[in-house]
Amino acid sequence: MLKIDDLKVSLEEEEKQIIKGLSLSINPGEVHAIMGPNGSGKSTLSSVLAGKDGYIVDSGAVKFDGNDLLEAEVEERAALGVFMAFQYPIEIPGVGNMNFLRTALNSQRKTRGQEELNAADFLKLVRGIAKELEISDEMMKRPVNVGASGGEKKRNEILQMCLLEPRFVILDETDSGLDVDAMKLVSRGVNNFSSSSRSFLVITHYQRLLNYIVPDFVHIMVDGKIVKTGDKSLALHVEDTGYKDFLQLGKEKH
Amino acid sequence: MTDNYEARDVIDKETLSTVKSVGDTYKYGFSTDIETEYAPLGLNEDIVRLISEKNSEPSWMLDWRLKAFNRWKKLKQPDWALLKIPEIDFQNQYYYARPANMKEKPKSLDDVDPKLLETYSKLGIPLTEQKKLAGVVEEAPLGEGENRKVAVDAVFDSVSVGTTFKEELKSAGVIFCSISEAIKEYPHLVKKYLGSVVPISDNFFACLNAAVFSDGSFVYIPEGVKCPMELSTYFRINAENTGQFERTLIVADNNAYVSYLEGCTAPQRDESQLHAAVVELVILEEAEIKYSTVQNWFPGDENGVGGIYNFVTKRADCRGKNSKVMWTQVETGSAITWKYPSCVLKGDNSSGEFYSIAITNNMQQADTGTKMIHLGKNTNSRIVSKGISAGKAQNTYRGLVQIGGKSQNSRNFTQCDSLLIGNKCGAHTVPYIEVNNSSARAEHEATTSKVDEDQLFYCMQRGIQEEDAVALIVNGFCKEVLQALPMEFAMEAQKLVAISLEGSVG
Ligand SMILES: Nc1ncnc2c1ncn2[C@@H]1O[C@H](COP(=O)(O)OP(=O)(O)OP(=O)(O)O)[C@@H](O)[C@H]1O
Ligand SMILES: [Mg+2]
Repeated sequence: MLKIDDLKVSLEEEEKQIIKGLSLSINPGEVHAIMGPNGSGKSTLSSVLAGKDGYIVDSGAVKFDGNDLLEAEVEERAALGVFMAFQYPIEIPGVGNMNFLRTALNSQRKTRGQEELNAADFLKLVRGIAKELEISDEMMKRPVNVGASGGEKKRNEILQMCLLEPRFVILDETDSGLDVDAMKLVSRGVNNFSSSSRSFLVITHYQRLLNYIVPDFVHIMVDGKIVKTGDKSLALHVEDTGYKDFLQLGKEKH
Repeated sequence: MTDNYEARDVIDKETLSTVKSVGDTYKYGFSTDIETEYAPLGLNEDIVRLISEKNSEPSWMLDWRLKAFNRWKKLKQPDWALLKIPEIDFQNQYYYARPANMKEKPKSLDDVDPKLLETYSKLGIPLTEQKKLAGVVEEAPLGEGENRKVAVDAVFDSVSVGTTFKEELKSAGVIFCSISEAIKEYPHLVKKYLGSVVPISDNFFACLNAAVFSDGSFVYIPEGVKCPMELSTYFRINAENTGQFERTLIVADNNAYVSYLEGCTAPQRDESQLHAAVVELVILEEAEIKYSTVQNWFPGDENGVGGIYNFVTKRADCRGKNSKVMWTQVETGSAITWKYPSCVLKGDNSSGEFYSIAITNNMQQADTGTKMIHLGKNTNSRIVSKGISAGKAQNTYRGLVQIGGKSQNSRNFTQCDSLLIGNKCGAHTVPYIEVNNSSARAEHEATTSKVDEDQLFYCMQRGIQEEDAVALIVNGFCKEVLQALPMEFAMEAQKLVAISLEGSVG
């Protein structure tokens, strides 16, 4: 499904390489977790996959279902089924959640040549998902993420995911800022949503989340590269000993 | 650094090419092929007489016009606005144009030339009494918009083509007709109120209007009457090289209420055309007027060729105690906009509100705002201005809040926000605040921001096209003002916001 091949990415603003030769292959139905110290480039990787401005791809390739993902516009990637749950969800004052969601869903449907969803069907769909995630009606009436708590914003991201039904989902620290109950809710949302044709890239600092969303693979990212790949026990190891064993690996590969 | 610079360059080239298509997106740019009768070119006393004669006016009206014309000759065009106004040759345009077959005023809507009716239906304003305004109804939330009627007075170049729902309004006691008709049918009302809010020599453009106004709308809501439907006037400039000078007078007698909407469009042409209107609102005790405008005159092309020069004087006089006025404007069109809808708060406890969205794209220029003149005690005013600038446009908010020495305990609140799209446009805020007694307060808040890259990215990551994302964000920015519009106009205005910003991002 997703194939990243020796990707190197620098910042546009200054000459600084952040992703320094990263390869990763994700098959349909797989859950991959990425852990790594602050500043190692995890969010940068997500942003580049989603198509955010401000980065220069120095070399390497990213294929999504055989398409050159890096060539596609941001909204085309979304319509192809790439979804990124933001580490810091953005506020859009004055734009109601419902309006935003409906615009997004119908834009994607239009791009894919599907018919737009009418207001009644849309409402039914959103209400069902909101209920599942215990997001109140009052919350749904607010402008996008404005005045929402950190945890509410994260839940909102999951709601968007469930509504837009992407095939490849990046969860960028979706667990941080969630209380225990919210973490369970969000994980349940993700697990209900997962299927044999959907894949996840879960970025997290905490092994705890991986108890709920169980990964097939755990990658350790240090200084722009994946330095170690293992199964879920790797996450436990990190929890115990931190990254010190891996920092050295990052340097050795230079 | 160099990379960054080049990137900007690329964006701007892209912007340019998309912006080019904007001229073509003005969907009201068509013109109606109809035989038109013009007054001779230029302006002199004979022209003033001719206009008066065309309207079969009584002599007092002609005298009023001539007085205005003589004053106008001595006035100078104002130059204090932040606008670059090309020299206007007042002698090289027509001051009166009407469809030839309008010589005899149609008795009813059935007698109106089908070509004219078609023009209005193409503009989304069906001049029939069954249908409602624009294509709004289908999208209105259930329950609302169902039984709402909107009466329309349609002004085509210099004449009123027809007014809908006249009879139904009459039975409620409401007078809604063209001003030319009112001058003949209701001279006592017109004489009493015309020029009582905006006197003939108020300013250069108002004075010109007083001399040559050809038509416009007149509304009188008698004491105690809540107007049973929304009233609206739709102004259309069609004739070439012709100025449109309309005059609107609305009087809300004691305890009366009316909500009035005004819309404007013009064909896409290379020459600029002048539009100098005057609107006077008179609000007596306990009465209320809501006046909403969606101004979408042709803005000119991306190089600033053509477009309407819009010089408008609008003023509301809150004469009675507890009277209320609310101006709401969505200004997206015109090459130049010079407009300051004002409130004179004379009555004790009277209140004035001004909600404005002004969008300028490409080479458009707008200098717009309001004046709140507090004279009575305990008067309140509120100003919410949202200026959006894109392309190479310049957008200025200019507002005066003046609280007089006897206007005890009066309050003003001003919120003035500017949004920039791209880095070649400008936004300016020029507030004048004069508070002349110690029990009064004026509060002013202003912000300037750019369309946020992160917001755009967020929307686009969810699958929304860039232009739709800009429209969404800008509509969010303007929400407070859009909400102040009657529902019929809010939908239309939202779409207009999107259309007028097309091509503003690369
Ligand atoms: N637009 C940018 N401008 C400047 N520096 C940037 C930019 N984007 C990323 N960086 C830098 O790149 C490095 C990687 O950042 P990134 O956000 O990808 O890290 P992360 O692994 O997600 O960290 P965290 O665990 O704290 O979320 C950091 O040093 C960061 O400061
Ligand atoms: Mg991060």
